[in-house]
Amino acid sequence: MPAKPKLATVWLGGCSGCHMSFLDLDERLIELAALADVCYSPIADVKHFPEGVDITLVEGAVANTDHLRDIRTIRGRTKILVAFGDCAVTGNVTALRNLYGLDEVLHRAYNELSITGTTPSLEGIVPRLLDRVLRVQDVVAVDHFLPGCPPSAEAIYEFVATLLGGETPSREGRRFGA
Amino acid sequence: MSVRTLEVDGKMITALEGQTIFSAAWDSGIHIPRLCHLGGLSDVGACRLCLVEIEGQKRLQPSCMTKVAEDMVVRTNTPALRAHRRLIVELLLAERNHVCSVCVLNGACELQDLAAQLGVDHVRLRPQYPKLEVDLSHDRFGLDHNRCILCTRCVRVCDEVEGAHTWDVAGRGKNSRVITDLGEPWGESASCTSCGKCVQVCPTGALFSKGKTVADMRKDRGFLRYIVTAREKKLWIA
Repeated sequence: MPAKPKLATVWLGGCSGCHMSFLDLDERLIELAALADVCYSPIADVKHFPEGVDITLVEGAVANTDHLRDIRTIRGRTKILVAFGDCAVTGNVTALRNLYGLDEVLHRAYNELSITGTTPSLEGIVPRLLDRVLRVQDVVAVDHFLPGCPPSAEAIYEFVATLLGGETPSREGRRFGA
Repeated sequence: MSVRTLEVDGKMITALEGQTIFSAAWDSGIHIPRLCHLGGLSDVGACRLCLVEIEGQKRLQPSCMTKVAEDMVVRTNTPALRAHRRLIVELLLAERNHVCSVCVLNGACELQDLAAQLGVDHVRLRPQYPKLEVDLSHDRFGLDHNRCILCTRCVRVCDEVEGAHTWDVAGRGKNSRVITDLGEPWGESASCTSCGKCVQVCPTGALFSKGKTVADMRKDRGFLRYIVTAREKKLWIA
């Protein structure tokens, strides 16, 4: 029996809502587990992104230096990369700060609205935010797009099952937002 | 009024002389995509989504501005036209900050619906992220330039149906904006009657009722047919 295709899901700059929707597959998660080997995911305890992944769903935009490093590794180790949800596809809410620029947003958050009154320096502790939030397609090649905020569990199942069946999912009827 | 016969997408249809291709096609169940046209308002050909191929003409024509003619052969849905329409929607989405997930009209927006219908699952162009104003100076309504596609339905309904002509367009190119009066805040407009017709005809979340939250707003255009029928036929029926 040939090995099952390897499926990974990753979470960059997003709210995890797409992964919540993924979990809304409920009992179909068991059907999915029969079709694919879920080899890496925020909901599985695996430390490093493995080699030779067939399909990776990428939630979230590229917002900091860790995301930038990770998405390149993920692309290098994945056959079919899917921008999963609006933040990955369009930048969405994560990219709203592009209207103002990083300094203005940090100043607003830490100097104007917080009691600390200063922007903390966390160099070396948390990854540095990029000046502009990038869509996944701005950094690496994306093979398929599954928009939605979040995509419904039905859309996720149909999309992933279609890819696992070796077919191309249709582009019509996909929706940004709800 | 005499009748014209023409072919649209391989189907023979009849239309009244003077009718547009767009209107004749819709009457025959052929729904050409559009964002600026709205039944009851004049047509301006602004959005370019209703462009069609007419046999014997090299250039594409906006079907909302082109009158039917006898024996005309029209194609409304070729692969080339669909590709043009996808690009138009992508240009609209890239030009301003249409963040569907945090919009009052999420789930009932004509631009969002059209993107889904045309298979726009991502935008190939680089988003511009312009820094645009939101005018909340009016008591009951708001204007979010981030979501405006400059279709000018608000301008036309205010001028042609309400008769106030509060709305207009100022600026050129990427600096174009809908404005109230001579660019004053909406709440200070002397001509606005606060009728709300502009809000109801707006295809996106650019014009909205205050107090509505994300995905909370729905637009009702029933009034338009009612008023236009009353004017044209002197009958108070919808």
